[in-house]
Amino acid sequence: MVENTDHVDQIAVRLEGVSHRYGKVAALDGISLEIPVGQTVGFIGPDGVGKSSALALISGARKVQDGTVETLGGSMTDARHRNAILPRIAYMPQGLGKNLYMDLTVRENLEFFGRLFGQGKRERDERIARLVEATGLDPFTERPAGKLSGGMKQKLGLCCALIHDPDILILDEPTTGVDPLSRQQFWQLIDAIRQTQSKMTVLVATAYMDEAARFDRLIAMNDGKVLASGTADEILERTGSDTLEAAFIALLPEEQRRDHHELNIPERTIHGDTPAIVAEHLTKKFGDFTAVDDVSFRIEKGEIFGFLGSNGCGKTTTMKMLTGLLNASEGMAELFGKPVDGQDIALRNRVGYMSQAFSLYSELTVMQNLELHAHLFHIAKDKIKPRIKELSERFGLGPYHDDLSERLPLGVRQRLSLAVAIIHNPEILILDEPTSGVDPVARDGFWELLVELSRDQGVTIFISTHFMNEAERCDRISLMHAGKVLISDTPDAITKGRGCETLEEAFISHLEEADGEDGQSTPAPAPEDALSASNGDQANWKPAHASLFSFRRLWAYSLRETMELVRDPIRLMFALIGTAILMPVFGWGITFDVENLTYAVLDRDQSAESRTYTENLSGSRYFEAQEPLTSIDDLEARLLAGEITLAIEIPPGFGRDVGRGSSPEIGAFIDGSMPFRAETIHGYVEGIHQLYLSENLKRDVGSSDTGQPLRIETRFRYNQDFKSIYAMVPSVIALLLVFIPAVLMAVGVVREKELGSITNLYVTPVSKLEFLWGKQLPYVALGLINFFLMSAMALFWFEVPLRGNGLTLLTGAILFVTATTGLGLLISSFTSTQIAALFGTAIATMVPSVMFSGMMQPVSSLEGVSALMSKAIPTSHFMSISVGTFTKALGFAELYPELISLLIFFPALTLLSMLLLKKQEA
Amino acid sequence: MLGRRISNIYRLGIKELFSLRRDMVLIALIVWAFSFAIYNSATGFSHDLRRGSIAIADQDGSALSLRISDAFLEPYFQQPARINERDIDAAMNSGAFTFVLVIPPRFEADVVSGRDPEMQLNIDATAMMQAGIGQGYVSNIIAQEVSTWLGGKSAWAGQNRSEAASIVTRYAYNQNVKSEWFTSTMEIINAITMLSIILSGAALIREREHGTIEHLLVMPLNPYEIMLAKVWANGLVILIACMLSMIFVVQLVLGVPIAGSKLLFMGGVVIYLFFATALGIFLATMTRSMPQFGLLFILVVLPLRLLSGGSTPLESMPEELQNIMQFSPATHFVKYAQAILFRGAGIEVVWPEFLLVFAIGVGFFAFSAMRFRKSIAQMR
Repeated sequence: MVENTDHVDQIAVRLEGVSHRYGKVAALDGISLEIPVGQTVGFIGPDGVGKSSALALISGARKVQDGTVETLGGSMTDARHRNAILPRIAYMPQGLGKNLYMDLTVRENLEFFGRLFGQGKRERDERIARLVEATGLDPFTERPAGKLSGGMKQKLGLCCALIHDPDILILDEPTTGVDPLSRQQFWQLIDAIRQTQSKMTVLVATAYMDEAARFDRLIAMNDGKVLASGTADEILERTGSDTLEAAFIALLPEEQRRDHHELNIPERTIHGDTPAIVAEHLTKKFGDFTAVDDVSFRIEKGEIFGFLGSNGCGKTTTMKMLTGLLNASEGMAELFGKPVDGQDIALRNRVGYMSQAFSLYSELTVMQNLELHAHLFHIAKDKIKPRIKELSERFGLGPYHDDLSERLPLGVRQRLSLAVAIIHNPEILILDEPTSGVDPVARDGFWELLVELSRDQGVTIFISTHFMNEAERCDRISLMHAGKVLISDTPDAITKGRGCETLEEAFISHLEEADGEDGQSTPAPAPEDALSASNGDQANWKPAHASLFSFRRLWAYSLRETMELVRDPIRLMFALIGTAILMPVFGWGITFDVENLTYAVLDRDQSAESRTYTENLSGSRYFEAQEPLTSIDDLEARLLAGEITLAIEIPPGFGRDVGRGSSPEIGAFIDGSMPFRAETIHGYVEGIHQLYLSENLKRDVGSSDTGQPLRIETRFRYNQDFKSIYAMVPSVIALLLVFIPAVLMAVGVVREKELGSITNLYVTPVSKLEFLWGKQLPYVALGLINFFLMSAMALFWFEVPLRGNGLTLLTGAILFVTATTGLGLLISSFTSTQIAALFGTAIATMVPSVMFSGMMQPVSSLEGVSALMSKAIPTSHFMSISVGTFTKALGFAELYPELISLLIFFPALTLLSMLLLKKQEA
Repeated sequence: MLGRRISNIYRLGIKELFSLRRDMVLIALIVWAFSFAIYNSATGFSHDLRRGSIAIADQDGSALSLRISDAFLEPYFQQPARINERDIDAAMNSGAFTFVLVIPPRFEADVVSGRDPEMQLNIDATAMMQAGIGQGYVSNIIAQEVSTWLGGKSAWAGQNRSEAASIVTRYAYNQNVKSEWFTSTMEIINAITMLSIILSGAALIREREHGTIEHLLVMPLNPYEIMLAKVWANGLVILIACMLSMIFVVQLVLGVPIAGSKLLFMGGVVIYLFFATALGIFLATMTRSMPQFGLLFILVVLPLRLLSGGSTPLESMPEELQNIMQFSPATHFVKYAQAILFRGAGIEVVWPEFLLVFAIGVGFFAFSAMRFRKSIAQMR
């Protein structure tokens, strides 16, 4: 028995017959493998072969579709097991700082993760102190993550992953797009951690073959299958190769390897002496940040010029200045001997640009993208087809013609991008990290194309890269760091100039020198010391465990959301100032006081009597007289043009007929296109007519009798003056408390889905409820601030007094805001893009809240679907409370049924959101 | 050169349509906004007195008071509820009734003997839309019932004298003052405003977030071409949706007769779409991310919707606000849409409004074009 449990313990991860598909594309095709505890395993292989999918399945971020995935001795399909072991797993997804929060500082990010794993303040602080010391991040704890360099972001990511002492550490391409110095430091760090924690299993996916050699075991993957598994030496031996890169290529199936051969770069021929690209003292500042600092270079025609440097060192900004996308702050750039001008259309026909991220239309197919660009560059109609055919063959795009670009493997996408960039035969090609994340075979193929363009067609190529072996292929390179060019020469000369063996060493040496000079960059970390220092406090650290509900985790999300909101001044300003602007606009603007109505009279009698009649109209505060009408045609024309809304026609002989008692007929023509206004005018006209009649009677008979058999005493209750603002201002408070909190909330969650930080919900112990409520809390608070702001405006600006019970109003407002934010939460839990969430929220809130909440038509007069809708939205209930307390002088005794109705929304919406929100990616 | 430009605009616009086709959520929302949403608002919502909720506290219980109770009929009133006088406050506080009529004891007897009895009509004056109109209706219904009843009795002295003059009211353009005519067309206008701003603005922000806009800017294209492509493609989608909605939902299902030229109305829609899509692009150049755009969108679209005269009468708003709203094309669109659809106005009447909307559209478009490059540069 003992042996048996031991055995289970020794296997950290076991996959058996695991397959995974995204739509039609198979990412994993029946793979099986076992990873013992304490090993460091590298998953190597090109992009899109299933490395990321395998890691995501092991970490529990993705749902298992087919096969068995066992992590730490239990199946990941078993929800109980998964919840129990989530605190023991750390997962760092692909992409620089993908699961970090860029607006938060280093310390705040770490604190957030510490809270998610249930650590108290003291424990958290100790752990953070240790980790930042070990990684050399301690001088930067107050810097926002978004302002860290790529290498530092990854170090922070690693710290966040290690904050809870995981048993399994899963790193998906942690060093892609990171400069060589940072990469070196990153791996030193991992080695140090491995030494201090021998029980920890580390799984790493990487595209850098040279990194793979340091792992205990390698798993080479291709096309969703495992090609080979073993130590680096075993694999080298088996394939008879010198380097892992060569070994990998040798392992590939025949048809993929067929096209591959050693890259051979012929000597460059010199084409004249006008340089193709010249930059002199090029500088770019964003505010007080200098992105590019005094950069100069000359690139000859047909030359391949490489830009080498870490992320965020200014390579991309320099390239954008060359293309005219950005204007230089200082200095100048010339292409073909002419200054760069963003407006110069002709110049753009001679330049091809490929930006860092895939920037073609992912929703179009490969063919559609090619055709679109061919058309936009105005390639002659008869040449489009042959050109696309030629490019497709050269770039191997044929089989993908009808695939959506978003579904392409990264390598194919990059090939497509290059094909598009050269579709118009440009003379200069500016390529911003075109091979980042592309596998070795594809990269060599890519370079073959570049060499051909440069050597055969004399195209000048300006390329930026992270790969040293690519840099070595350039005619000349510039090493860039922190906006400055460190050195510019041929790769050989740079290596020799530093007395180094490899370009990488030379680069690292330059970087270290530069860091030493400005003293602002990462000091070399001392991981061993910091990590291995036996620390007495450790005894107090509790192992992370999964409790059902934790206020600390909820609070972690609330705190983080609040900080993000506060640091986004524009979002915050909209939320607060938006309310302050809309409140008066609507409070005064939405009015049912029908006044200033334009009318005109067609007086065919022109007698004293007809003037008496019209005087009543002109004396009314509701009406505004316009030029008298001249004829029926005039009457119709002016009604038609909307100049008047009411026309009164007094027949000829009106005065005479009144005198005779033959009851002449007056015509009233009301513009019926707006029913409410028309009906109201009708009421006014009737009233004025009655007034005339009783005055007439008084004159004739001298009696004060109205001639009516009864009197109706009308009491306009709650609002004696019958003024719109007393009803509308409280209604507008309700209306605005729907839109702004709901919309803010809705984009809040979907934003995480789009940016990728939703992964933290998938792979940490935080529960759906903690996540939802934690995110909701700050927006509820914001909604209440809005509520107080608007109430103050109602009281002191509109002078609408609060006649009823303020506490009832406040209770209602709290319940209401939980309901409206809950609605936003619900919508965002099933939408996947911010735009859909926004649109959905706008439609779900705007129409029902304006129409069926009782603001316009009383709820009691609705029927059918509308009546149901009115009951089903929280707005109508809160509007009753708001109008009730402000204008009707009501309190809890009268309004408690509405409060109870409001109370139901919050749990109901939370429950629905929990059902729709997924704790795992499909 | 012009041919090239037009070809560019055409190609880019086709691309927009392809992108939209892939977004099933947006398509579903467009369909919903132009069909069910309009039907639901038109049939479920009324801009005048419909199904007013009325209760009667009848302390008389006579034949006349019963007769009055029976006179409140659909569609203007619901069947009156009979309540006790002491329940009136509670009933009105809860908003159960907008109108409560109190018929005093001995009411019938007092009417017959000419003692001018006094009825009390309580109106919930926070129900702004029905209270004013309803007062007139209730008074008229009572007066009519009492006078017919008295006519049958012919005992009352006052009734044999004819009135000095009578008034005949005609509602021009909408004889029966049908609310769904108004509501359905105004809802279409609202849907046009909302969707065209979202579609065009979001399309630009999406391009910016995906970096594709940089790609376009290094190609031989100018911002006008990129923007016009978005205007025509997104505008066309809305135009078609609007046309289908007019034909199938408004005319066929709701049976609203359209007085004027549909072609002229569509012309007006096209001009308004130019403005609205340009506004969407303008808002997109003012913001840096989708959430910011969303918030700004809400801030802009709510006043456009509620203050354009499509919900409440424009002339009743404070004068300054009316003047400000004159700068809103939505106000003019509502005005000329009403003129064309209900009053059958022709181009000779609406052309100044058309021109104005177009001019404002050009203004937004030009301003966005100026900001276009700068706003991209700010993205870094």
